[in-house]
Formats: sequence, structure tokens, C-alpha cells
Amino acid sequence: MIKPVDILMVGVGGQGTVLASKVLAQAACGAGYDIKVSEIHGMAQRGGSVVTQVRLGEKVYSPLIAEGGADIVLAFEKLEGLRFLRFLRPGGTMIVNDQEIPPVPVLAGAAEYPAGIVDYIRRAVPSAVVVDALGLALECGSARAANVVLLGVLARRLPIAREIWEEALAGRVPARFLEANRAAFRAGYGYNG
Amino acid sequence: MKELLSGNEAIARGAYESGVTVAAAYPGTPSTEILENLARYPGVYAEWAPNEKVAVEVGIGASLAGARTLVAMKHVGVNVAADPLLTFAYTGVNGGFVLVSADDPGIHSSQNEQDNRRYAYFAKIPLLEPGDSQEAKEMVGLALDISEKFDIPVMLRTTTRVSHSQGLVEIGEPKPRSLKPYARDARKYLMVPAYARLRRVALEERLARLKEYSENSPLNFIEWRGRAVGVITSGVSYQYVREVLPGASVLKLGMTNPLPENLIKKFAGEVEKLIVVEELEPYLEEQVRAMGFKVSGKDIVPYTGELDPGVLTRVFTEAGILEPSAAPAAALPEGPAAPGRPPVMCPGCPHRGLFYALRGLKLTVTGDIGCYTLGGLPPLEALDCCICMGASIGAAHGAGKADPALAGRTVAVIGDSTFLHSGLTGLLNVVYNRGSSTVIILDNGTTAMTGHQDHPGTGRTLMGEPAPAVDLEALVRALGVRRVRVVDPLNLAETRAAVEEEVAAGEPSVIISRRPCVLLKKETRPAAVVLAEKCRGCKVCLRLGCPAISMKDGRAAVDPIACTGCELCVQVCREGALLKGVEACD
Repeated sequence: MIKPVDILMVGVGGQGTVLASKVLAQAACGAGYDIKVSEIHGMAQRGGSVVTQVRLGEKVYSPLIAEGGADIVLAFEKLEGLRFLRFLRPGGTMIVNDQEIPPVPVLAGAAEYPAGIVDYIRRAVPSAVVVDALGLALECGSARAANVVLLGVLARRLPIAREIWEEALAGRVPARFLEANRAAFRAGYGYNG
Repeated sequence: MKELLSGNEAIARGAYESGVTVAAAYPGTPSTEILENLARYPGVYAEWAPNEKVAVEVGIGASLAGARTLVAMKHVGVNVAADPLLTFAYTGVNGGFVLVSADDPGIHSSQNEQDNRRYAYFAKIPLLEPGDSQEAKEMVGLALDISEKFDIPVMLRTTTRVSHSQGLVEIGEPKPRSLKPYARDARKYLMVPAYARLRRVALEERLARLKEYSENSPLNFIEWRGRAVGVITSGVSYQYVREVLPGASVLKLGMTNPLPENLIKKFAGEVEKLIVVEELEPYLEEQVRAMGFKVSGKDIVPYTGELDPGVLTRVFTEAGILEPSAAPAAALPEGPAAPGRPPVMCPGCPHRGLFYALRGLKLTVTGDIGCYTLGGLPPLEALDCCICMGASIGAAHGAGKADPALAGRTVAVIGDSTFLHSGLTGLLNVVYNRGSSTVIILDNGTTAMTGHQDHPGTGRTLMGEPAPAVDLEALVRALGVRRVRVVDPLNLAETRAAVEEEVAAGEPSVIISRRPCVLLKKETRPAAVVLAEKCRGCKVCLRLGCPAISMKDGRAAVDPIACTGCELCVQVCREGALLKGVEACD
């Protein structure tokens, strides 16, 4: 019996959540899961919040996860982590990238970027995994691979074999970027935050 | 073999496998990817039509000529296409014809959330509603079979969560494709009153036969579980019901016009509590009630927005259909409020310059549908209204006719793709009826909002072939506009002066605000630079609403990665604190 897993991936347009969800989907297919992935396009692509819902299981019906029902929330940006924390089920896994991308109302001075987001998330979810994905990605030679670092952090928390992940990554990332992305994935996979 | 496909990819695959050879659409979220994918299959001719009405008319011609045909659009596109569609139901088809209506419950990227199942009912055409990618693929083939068997166009209605969700789909082999022979038949295809009256009667006969089909179609089926609660549902709502009420019996309707009345009677008669679960309108509920059954629906399930398992769990618990959860989720500790992250114009977007200029002139601005609709949001707040594709021009004209004081203070803004979609007739009307509106065509050389689709002004077709690009200046002159000029919206002084002059002109005028979409033509101009000693922290530059500009320690800061060097901020800074990247190097 395959144990179902519901994953909410949240971030900001341009952070590479779509690629991450594609690799995850391919890996999950490779591991024999039924899967549904739901994304919102359109207005949200223009620097807005981006939400991808990924559901794995023996047989998946709904493409959407209920609030308070996600086993894992993977936040590519911490304000988005704060916004979607309510989707995490009690006892679920919270992974948050310690990166700050101020929304335009904050840039324009109409709102403030909240202080202490990470502290709050840790208080709400003591087991939260906080990652400096950008820093780790830079160490691997590509700031653009922060999404794959986070994917690596997620990967170790899912019952999918590492080889399947590596294969899915190779299948989705253009060859010339593959080396940096492999390193980024491994950095995330081995991260013990 | 199974592949992970979005609903839209699956519809394209289904069309290819079922022998579709002609397809037409106008891009619109959440429908756009259907044609983009279908155009890549061998043996398929696919085109972007200038609007949805034209797309349906192209589809009608292709069907008459014997081709299996698919036409796709977002829900509001069916409003535009309704004219040919309603009469096409009378004539019927030759080659099978499916119209995909991609509805947007929750208004993710639209101006309303109309429920187009009502259109199928109104147009008297069969309606299929897939609930996931696999069904989406299969139902395209079934829709084409039904279309040919019953001589009628068929609507396939998806929603955002079907079109943009991915699921595993069994891939099949394409059928051999062939044209059905065309035979001239004026009584069937020439809708003048005498023949239309005959086809009107024939339409009712076809509907009666379709009702029989619906009763026995595998598209409509009952899953018997407990008899205490029976749910009638369709589309993606079925998926939510399966998760939230795993013990309930379900009548899943894949074909929702005409409804299978006997099947519904059978189901309703064997369950204690009958509930209809559907998004948006009580489309099924009203018909089930009209059949004489006591049924719950919108008294429990919300009218507006999307459903999801969370919403259904809440409303069923409130209604006493679900037991309250034994261990309610622990409340989160009090935390900081999360400021919103609204969509914004990209750094370097040419629309920004135009809207900044309009805002400065304090004009009344009638808006339209596209990326530039974002110009209505803070901090630019430069739009007064936005209704539908093409509406900006008629609205500016009407406002000016109602109040002469507004006539000299109002401009209409409309994108290039939107102007070609439905702005031409509005502009023609301004000229004909002696209006004096100034129409600004925001020509960024693409259909940007939906992801850069080509249109008659771009010089390329959906199939990737070069095409004649419409000459906008000549076109608007041909409509009778004498005052036509082109400005660069990234030149604020020029743009402002042009708008001031044209608004004051007292006759119809067109300003073409021309600059390619910044995402389409990546220029590598150096980022603007802040001279910290000159910046007084006045925040004028923030009024541009540019994601690359922020305040740090009371001074403006430019994000050198996000900045495209458009130099708008250099132009608005009164202190000379923002410099062109090139100047800073010198």
C-alpha cells in the first residue's frame, strides 16, 4: 500500500517552482505513484504568488489539497511560507527557504515586510527545516539552482529512491546546466538544518 | 503507455488521436495551451484567429468541408462566439465539431466567472464535462463521435482545475484521418427563415435522440456505496466528492446536456438525502428539482468561487452531513500578517511609461483586457474601468457623448492583440458617430498576458510560418482616423506631450504606443544607478511601481539583476539621483 503524500510548493513567479514540480512529478511517476499536479497560470506569473499542489498516492482524485491537509509545505520564499503555513497539517513537514523577495506593496512603501518570519515559523512548527538555498546554490556555481537545492531537501523526505530523483533531474534540466543542478540537488539532499 | 499531461495537453492529444485536422482559437487563460499543443501534431492545421467568433466560423467552414474540427476559447470567449454557435446548432455539422469552453471558477485570470454550461443548454447542444486529464482526452473523441452521429456541434467544458492540473493519461494511437465528402445542401446549411424553421424542428428531434443517448451513455454512471447520502456531480467536483464523502453513492455525469432523466430518477429514488455538488451555477440542481425531486445544492455548497476538499468538508460538516472532525486542527500561534503579493508589470514593461504619463495628466482612462489591465492597480492606478475585450473604445466614446466635459479628458487604452480582436468596430463607431475619443493602442507586438501568442500584427502564424503583419497606422487611417501618431512609451516627455495634444484635438485620434514586450525582446541595457548623495528619499520613483526599485535606509535602491535599463526612473527623478547605467560608467 502506497502512503499518500500531499505537497504544497509556494514561491514567487520566476523562482523555478514549475521546474521543481516537474522533476518531482517525474520522479513520483518513476516510483509508481498515481499523481496530480495543479498550478495556476496567468496573472500570477507576473511576480505574484505561485502555488503548485502535488498529490501522490495509490489513486489520487482531487487535484487540490485542503487547508490544513498538506503533509509537506515547501516554501521557496519565506513570506510565501508564512502565507501558506495554514495549509500544513498538524505534524506535517515545513521546509522554508530563508530568502526575502519583497512584494511591490513593500517596495512601494505601502506595506512592510514582516520581521521575524523564520522565528515565527519555528515557533509554529518546531521541526521546520530552514534552508539558505541561495547560498547553497551559489556554492554549487549557480544562483539559479536554488530551486533544485530545495528540491533536494524535499527529496530526502519522500519515499522515492535517490537514483529515481537523479534520473528525473537529468530528464528535465538542459544538459549544459545539469552539472550545477546535480550539485545543487545533492547539497539539498545532504542538508541537515 | 501513460504520460503526465495537463487537461489542456490531454485535450490536444485527444484531438490528435481522434483525427482532428483543423483547429482554431483565440488565446485566453485557461484555454491557451490547447492550440499551442495541438499545432505541434503532424497532420493538424491550427491557427490563432483574431477573435473567438472568427475561430468558430473557421471551424464551421472546416466542419462543412468534412474535417474533424476543434475550436477552443476561455469562457468569456463564448460570449463573442455565441452568434455563429447558436445557429450552427441548427445547421449541424459534416465533420465532427467540438467547442472547448475553458471556464475559470475562482476568477484566477478573468473578469468574471460565468458558468458556460448554461450556454450549451441555451444553444441546445450536447455538453460534456471532464473531471481530469484522462477524461479530457477521452471526451474529445466522444464529443466528435456524438457530433457526427447526431449532426450537431458539441461543447466540451473544462475549468481551470481541469485545464491546468496534470494527471496520468493513457496515450493511444492516432486514428486514420480523412475528410468526409461535402455535399451541397442549402436546406441544411443556408439559414434563411424558410430553411431555419425546418432545422429548428430538426434540432428538437436531435435533442430528443441525444437524451436517449445520455440515458445509456457510459459518460453517466452510478457508483453505489451507502444509500444515506447520494451525490449528483460533474467535472472536477466529482474528485472532491470522492475524497470528502467516501461513503456516499455518486451519480457522476460526464454528459450534462441533455441530462439522463431516467438515470437521475433511478438514483434519486434509492438514496435518502440527495445533494447536487457543482461549482458556480445551480445548473444541474435546477433541472433535478424541475424533475420533481427534493434536492439540496446551493443551500449548502457555495455559489461563488472554486470548490476544493477543504470547502466541501466545512460545508458538509456545517450541514450535518459529515461528523465534525474528532481532533480539530491545532490553531496556529498569533503571527505577523503577510502583505499581499499582487501581480505586477515586469521591470522594463513599456506599459509602465504610458500609464505613468496618463496618471500625471489626471485623465479618465477606459481600460481593456491584457497585461496593461495591471496599470489599474496601485501605485499607478491609471485605469477607471475594464469590462471585456474591446470595450475600452466604446466606453470612452459613450462617456464623451454623455458628458462633453469628459470628452476632452478621456482616453481609451487597448493592446495590439485586443484591438485586432474587437477594437476595430469600436473605433469605426467613434469616427462614424462624430466622436472625439483618443484611443491609445499599446502595441507591444504580441499577445503578452497569455504567454506571447502571435496575432495578425506579429508577422507569424501559430504554425510558425511568416505572415503579412498588419500595418496598424494604415489600418486606423482606413477607418477614418486622421490624427494618427506613434510614440515610444519609454520616452515620458514625448508620450505626455502626444497625449495632451490628441486629447485636446476635438476629433478622433489614435496614438500607437509602440515598444516590444520586455520579455519578448531582451535588451541588455545596463541597469540604472543611484547616486546616494543626491537622493533625498522623495519616493517619486516608487510611483512607477517597478519591482526593481525599492527604498533602503531612506534612499532609492535599484536591483541590478531585475533592472532592464528602461530608464523611466531616470526620467522621473527630479534630483538627478538616478542615472543611466552608461552614464554611471563614464
